[in-house]
Amino acid sequence: MNSFFLILVVIGLSVAGYAVGRARSVFAAAGDVRILHSLPSYYGMFVALGCGLPAILLLAIWLIIQPQIVDHMVMSGLDPSIMPQNADAYSLMLTDIRNLSSGNATSREASPAIVAATERYLALQSIGFWSMVVGVVCIAMLGLAWARSQISRNFRARNAVEKIIRALLIVCSMIAILTTVGIVLSLIFESIRFFARVPFFDFLFGIHWSPQTAIRAEQVGASGSFGAVPLFAGTMLITLIAMLVAGPIGLLSAIYMAEYANPKFRGIAKPMLEVLAGIPTVVYGFFAALTVAPMIRGWGEGVGLDVSSESALAAGLVMGIMIIPFVSSLSDDVINSVPQSLRDGSYGLGATKSETIRHVIIPAALPGIVGAFLLAVSRAIGETMIVVMAAGLASNLTANPFEAVTTVTVQIVTLLVGDQEFDSAKTLAAFALGLVLFFVTLGLNVVALRVVRKYREKYD
Amino acid sequence: MTDATMNSKPGTEIRRPTLTGERLKKRYAAERRFRLYGLGSILTAGLILVFLVGSITGTGYTAFLQTYIKLNISFDPEFLDPAGTGDVAQLASADYGGMVKKNLRDNFPEVTSRRDKRKLYNFVSPNAGFDLRTMVIDDPSLVGQSLDLWIKASDDIDMLTKGYVDRTLEESNRRVSDTELVWYDKLDSNDRIESRFNTDFFVKADSREPEEAGILGAVTGSLLTLVITLLLSFPIGVMAAIYLEEFAPKNKWTDLIEVNINNLAAVPSIVFGLLGLAMFLNFFGFPRSAPLVGGMVLALMTLPTIIIASRSALKAVPPSIREAALGLGASPLQVVTHHVLPLAMPGILTGTIIGMAQALGETAPLLMIGMIAFIVDVPGGFTDPATVLPVQIYLWADSPERAFVERTSAAIMVLLAFLIFMNILAVMLRKKFERRW
Repeated sequence: MNSFFLILVVIGLSVAGYAVGRARSVFAAAGDVRILHSLPSYYGMFVALGCGLPAILLLAIWLIIQPQIVDHMVMSGLDPSIMPQNADAYSLMLTDIRNLSSGNATSREASPAIVAATERYLALQSIGFWSMVVGVVCIAMLGLAWARSQISRNFRARNAVEKIIRALLIVCSMIAILTTVGIVLSLIFESIRFFARVPFFDFLFGIHWSPQTAIRAEQVGASGSFGAVPLFAGTMLITLIAMLVAGPIGLLSAIYMAEYANPKFRGIAKPMLEVLAGIPTVVYGFFAALTVAPMIRGWGEGVGLDVSSESALAAGLVMGIMIIPFVSSLSDDVINSVPQSLRDGSYGLGATKSETIRHVIIPAALPGIVGAFLLAVSRAIGETMIVVMAAGLASNLTANPFEAVTTVTVQIVTLLVGDQEFDSAKTLAAFALGLVLFFVTLGLNVVALRVVRKYREKYD
Repeated sequence: MTDATMNSKPGTEIRRPTLTGERLKKRYAAERRFRLYGLGSILTAGLILVFLVGSITGTGYTAFLQTYIKLNISFDPEFLDPAGTGDVAQLASADYGGMVKKNLRDNFPEVTSRRDKRKLYNFVSPNAGFDLRTMVIDDPSLVGQSLDLWIKASDDIDMLTKGYVDRTLEESNRRVSDTELVWYDKLDSNDRIESRFNTDFFVKADSREPEEAGILGAVTGSLLTLVITLLLSFPIGVMAAIYLEEFAPKNKWTDLIEVNINNLAAVPSIVFGLLGLAMFLNFFGFPRSAPLVGGMVLALMTLPTIIIASRSALKAVPPSIREAALGLGASPLQVVTHHVLPLAMPGILTGTIIGMAQALGETAPLLMIGMIAFIVDVPGGFTDPATVLPVQIYLWADSPERAFVERTSAAIMVLLAFLIFMNILAVMLRKKFERRW
C-alpha cells in the first residue's frame, strides 16, 4: 500500500462518481433526458470532478508537507542532551535517522537515542500515512456526496464542468511560470547561502578554483578557493572552438539548402542534419573522449605538439558538430524569409547567385543570423555531457586549445555527483555556478529571440 | 521617344562595365567556388555523422557476442552435498566457486604453481558459479554427474577472442600473459572456445564484471522515468497549449507566459537538474535516484517542447471548423474537445514523441538527482533507486576495462535504436495524418 495505490483508489472513486452522477441525473429527469439542462454525461463528469479533484489536491499537499512535519516532530522530540547545536549537525542527524529508518548504513554507530528517534520517526510516518489515506478517502466520499446532492433537473452541469476545466487549463499554463520561479528561487536561495561563506567578488573575479574543502579545520588548504574565472575562461574557449566549427559549416549548409539545393537534395540533407541534432549528448561525449581526443592527440604528436588527452580542442570540435544543426536550421528559416523581390532585384541587375547571396541576402538576413548564432552560443555554454566526458577537471587559465580546461557545467556536475552533505560551500558553489549559467543563457536567449522577432516583423 | 543623345558633359567619363570574358570567367569561378563551399559543408556534416555512427557500431557490435569455454565440469557431491541429503537449501548454499576452481584444475592438470592457478581461475567469469548453482537447483539430479559444459569466459579472454589483445606486445603490457595464451590456444585448437549471442547483455542489470553487465536495469529505469514524464507533461502541456491558443485573452499576463515558455525551452538541461535537486529532493524530500523524481524533472524540461508543438498543431486547424461548431450551438469547450483537439491530435502526438525522444536521451539533469548510483537490481517501481540508459552509458564510459568500451558502444546502439524507432513513429504519424486545409 503506497501513495500510487491511493491515487488509483481515488481514480476508481471518481469513475464510480461518474456513474453515480449520470444515473442520478437520469433518475432526476425520470428517464426523459431531454428535460435536463445538460447531457447526462456532464452530470457524471461533475460528480467525478467533485470527488477526484479535492482528494488529489489534498493528497499532493499532504505528500509535500508531511515529511517536514515528521522531521520537525522527531527532532524536537529528541533528548535535549543530544540536541544538535548547529544546522550542519542537525541535518547530519536527520540524515542518520532517515537512513536508519530505511535500513541503510549510517555515518556512525547509532546511539540508543538515535534508534529511539528512528522508531519514533517510523511510527510518525505510518501514522501520517494512514491518516492521509483516511483523509483523502473521506474527502473523496464527501465530495462525491456533495456533488451528487447538487444534481437536479435544472442544475447547469455543463457550465459548472466547463468552469472547472477552464480553471484547470489556466493552472496548467501557469506551470511554465512556476517552473521559472522555482528555478530562480532555488538557485538564488542556495547562492545566497554560498555567498555568505565566499565573498561575491572573490567568486566572480577570483582566478583560482580549487573547491576541495578539508574535513578538519587545521588541515592544509582547509578553505577551498572559489574563483570562477578559470571556469568562465574554459567555457568561453570551448564555446569559441565550437562556434568556429558550427558557424561556417552551419551557415554555409543553410545557404546551400535555401538557395541552391533542389527539393530532392533538401529532402535528404535536412533530415540528416536533424539526425545530428537528435543524437543524445552523452553519445557525442563518448565519441569525443574515445575517438576524437586520441585522434587529435595523435596528430599533435605527429607534428610535435604536446596535446593533453583531455584537450579543449576535442571537446570544442565535437560540441561544434552538435550545434551545426541549430545554426543551420535557424539560419535556413531566416534566409527563406528574405523576400523574393530582393533576390529578383539583384538578379535583374546582373548579379550572379553567389553575389546576390553575399551582398543582398546575407546583409538582409544578418539580424536573424546573429540571433541564430546567439542561440547556438547559449546552447554551447549550457551543454554538459560532452565537456564532462571530454574536457577534464583541471582548472587551467589558458587560451591554448591543446591544454585541458574545465567549464562551468563540468564543475556543477563534479561538485554535485556523489554523496555530499548539502550545506558545504562545495555543494553550494554548484548553485552559484548554476545561477551564473542560468542568467547568461537567459540573457543570450532574450536578446536572440528579440533580434529574430524584430527582424521577422520587418519583412512580414 | 527615342532620345539617343547622351547628356554627357565633356570631361566626365562614363564608367562602363568591362564585359570582357576574363572578368565573367572570374565571377563564374567565384560562383562555383561558393556553391562548392556550401555543398562541402553539408557533405562534411554528413561524413561526420557517418563516421560517428560507424565508429560506434565498429566498436560496439562485438558486444553482442560473448565467448564461452567448454569445460568438463563434474558436479562433485563433495562440494555440493557432502552429507548426501539432497536438500535444496544445502544445494543452494554450496561452494560453487570452489567447485569451478577444482574443475578448472582438473581440466588443466599441468598447472601446479599458485600463481598459474590464479591465472587459470581468471579464465572464466567470477560469476560462473552462480550459473552452475541455478542449473543444479533446477535439476538436483546433476549432482555426481560429469558433463561437458559451456562456461562463460572472463572479460580478458573475451577480449582475446575478439582480437582486442595484441599478441605482439610485450607480456607486461598485455592483459593476457604468455602462459594464458598457451592455454587459450590449446583450448581453441580443441574447439573448446565459442562465441555466442550475448543474451545476458539484454536480460541482466549492471555489474562490476563486464561479462555480467547488461542493460535491462537501465532500460527499465528509462521506461519508468519516461512513463512519469509522459503522464505529467502530456496532459499539462496539451492543456496549457489549449488555454494559450484557444481561450487566453491577449494581455500582458499571456505574453509573460509565452515569453516564459520560449525561454524555458532554451534553459540548459542541467539547470533543471539543479531545480530537481533543490526543490524535489531537498525541499520536498522525495527519494533520491528514483524514476519518479527523474520523470518529474524531465517532464518540466519537455513541457515547453510539447506546448510549442501542440500550439502550432492547434493553430493549423482552420477557424472555419470552430465557427461551424459554434454555429451549431456547441460551447467553446465543446468546440475544442469535440472538433479542434481531435483534428490537432496527430500534430500534438508527433511533438510529444519528439519531446519524449529528447527526454530519453537526456543525461545531465538526472546526474544531479542521483540517478547515477551503481544499481545491480532491475528497478521494480517508481520509487526504487534506478538509473537510465544514457546514464548507464556515461557510467560505463568511465570504467577502465576494455570490455566496457564495447559494451558502452553497444548500449549506445540500443539507445539510438530506440530513438530512431521513436522518430520514425513520429514521421509516420505526421505523414499518415497530415492534412493540408
